[in-house]
Amino acid sequence: MKKLASVGLGLLMTTAMAAVQAEEVKIGMITTLSGGGSHLGVDVRDGFMLAIERSGRDDVKVLIQDDANRPDLARSLSNEFMQRDNVDILTGIIWSNLAMAVVPAAVRQGTFYLSPNAGPSDLAGRMCHENYFNVAYQNDNLHGGMGAYMREQGFERPILMAPNYPAGTDALAGFKHLYEGEVVDELYTQMGQTDYAAEIAQIRASDADSLFFFLPGGMGISFMKQWENSGVDLPVFGAAFSFDETIIQAVGSAAIGAMNTSLWAYDLDNEANHAFVEGFREAYDRMPTLYAAQGYDTANLIISALEKAHPSDQDAFREALREADFDSVRGKFRFGPNQHPIQDILVREVVEGDNGQPTNRLVGIAVEDIQDIYYEQCQM
Amino acid sequence: MTLFIEQLINGLQLGTMLFLMASGLTLVFGVMGLINLAHGSFYMVGAYATALVTAATGSFFVGLAAGIAVAAAVGALVELIVIRRLYHRPHLDQVLATFALILIFSEGTRWIFGSSPLWLNPPAMLSGSVTLPGGLRYPIYRLVIIAVGVAVAVGMYFLITRTRLGMRIRAGESDREMIGALGINIARLYTLVFAMGAALAGLAGALVGALQSVQVGMGEPVLILAFVVIVIGGIGSIKGALYGAILVGVVDTLGRVFLPGFFRQFMSPSEAAGVGSAIAAMLIYIMMAAILAFKPKGLFAANE
Repeated sequence: MKKLASVGLGLLMTTAMAAVQAEEVKIGMITTLSGGGSHLGVDVRDGFMLAIERSGRDDVKVLIQDDANRPDLARSLSNEFMQRDNVDILTGIIWSNLAMAVVPAAVRQGTFYLSPNAGPSDLAGRMCHENYFNVAYQNDNLHGGMGAYMREQGFERPILMAPNYPAGTDALAGFKHLYEGEVVDELYTQMGQTDYAAEIAQIRASDADSLFFFLPGGMGISFMKQWENSGVDLPVFGAAFSFDETIIQAVGSAAIGAMNTSLWAYDLDNEANHAFVEGFREAYDRMPTLYAAQGYDTANLIISALEKAHPSDQDAFREALREADFDSVRGKFRFGPNQHPIQDILVREVVEGDNGQPTNRLVGIAVEDIQDIYYEQCQM
Repeated sequence: MTLFIEQLINGLQLGTMLFLMASGLTLVFGVMGLINLAHGSFYMVGAYATALVTAATGSFFVGLAAGIAVAAAVGALVELIVIRRLYHRPHLDQVLATFALILIFSEGTRWIFGSSPLWLNPPAMLSGSVTLPGGLRYPIYRLVIIAVGVAVAVGMYFLITRTRLGMRIRAGESDREMIGALGINIARLYTLVFAMGAALAGLAGALVGALQSVQVGMGEPVLILAFVVIVIGGIGSIKGALYGAILVGVVDTLGRVFLPGFFRQFMSPSEAAGVGSAIAAMLIYIMMAAILAFKPKGLFAANE
């Protein structure tokens, strides 16, 4: 009898220990830390880690790996995270093509995925999943927001430009969806193009009254510098991807005057944002970008849900995520039925900052409570 | 009509920039028989050095001089350490070794300066645009690039036809062993020619860096075009490099602009844009294939 009791006690103790171990939460972050566009991944990571550190929770373990902007590598890293490290939550991917390679398989296997950036239309629509949450935006949001803003501002003949690849054509389609008017022309450039003399000449020869472009990364830097010296005098509009703080520093004075849509601005007036911007500058000695803000929000959403449930209790944790019960740096934030954000799209203008360097200043709201157009295709 | 003329000037500007790259590449191949894939790295080195020195001194012209000097010095160093061992090896070994150099330069630059692009703008006196005869407004800086390209072409012509160094370069092109036997320090000649090629690439990188963005891997797309140029022009021929560069620059620019318009006549705008830009991207390669079909050694084949 005594023996039995001690065995029972031992069993109890081991289960108790297992319970303590299960308390720990493992988050696997796959993001782009090297190669082209790595400043996006670095900012998502830094914003995310800032929120984790501030939460003071030492039971949250974040594992970080670099996908080098390669879909195959991202896929094998996600398998490693799920099978070897048994992570509860995956996050971090920057690029839509990498997200498409990783997310559907991961959520099917019962892992949560929270996107801090990429928002391809398929994942918002027909391939949506109860374990997939997008904390950033659906890809069309910022372009559509600018379309609505330009129509409202009375521009009648915009000319559009984007690289000839899926996100480029999607960007222009998203713009036209909310612009709802005629556009003068659509110019498609090559991916990675560096010389835009030919396109600028076409813009000059057209009778457009404004320019909207989507040229992420280095492409936008090259274009804006050449645009400034071309003597073409049209107002310039774009999405925040071409005007984040890192990019406009490289573009220099050429960026001044450009209007861009974003879901966040560093001078957005709310308490969570003041704390974020100050903390980020203190910790990393640079201005945060929208990517850092998205990473910060993603981590805070996770922490808010962890207060209520552990990811191993999937239904409770999912419900807690849906509530989005956290102080977003965007001021207000809620999820639509496809677990993508319903949020305000802001307009920012690039102005000369106090130190003479260009910086973004909040101008107003382009569209309130924008929702993607794919949620009706989502059956959860 | 002004659109066509503006695009023609754009093509000319791309062409002169390609000439700066291609002339160095073709010189090195002509004199030493070496295929140098790392030529694009000197382009990047020139741009980075110019950006850094311009930021430190505040003067673009000091930066430009430094960019050329640094590219030449790095070129000479690479020749002494690596390239020298490759002259007697087969072309495949040269390709392998110089490809390794690309990786070393790219990752090394990323390691030191990070992946974010550096900041380099044209000097204030060369920014903005001027009105050309006929009412066309054109950026001053692009006109300057054309002028520099023309000046380099004229300079190269005099260097090769009128100077002792040029005589040796021509001699090296026709018979490598003979000029060694005549008592010319061939090792020094090779280092000099290689450094000169690197300096021209550095000049191109510095000029274009101010127009585009200074970043890791900026040299590789240009290198591919430069190879197309020297294959079209005839490998080893400076004259071929000049004509090839202008041909490629003009055809590429005009194709990109006018092909989508051409397809729009019988397609929807978005389809026409897709098909047109896809064919425009292939156009110079189609042209290269066509030229090689009739002139397998290029337009101005060197005496091989």
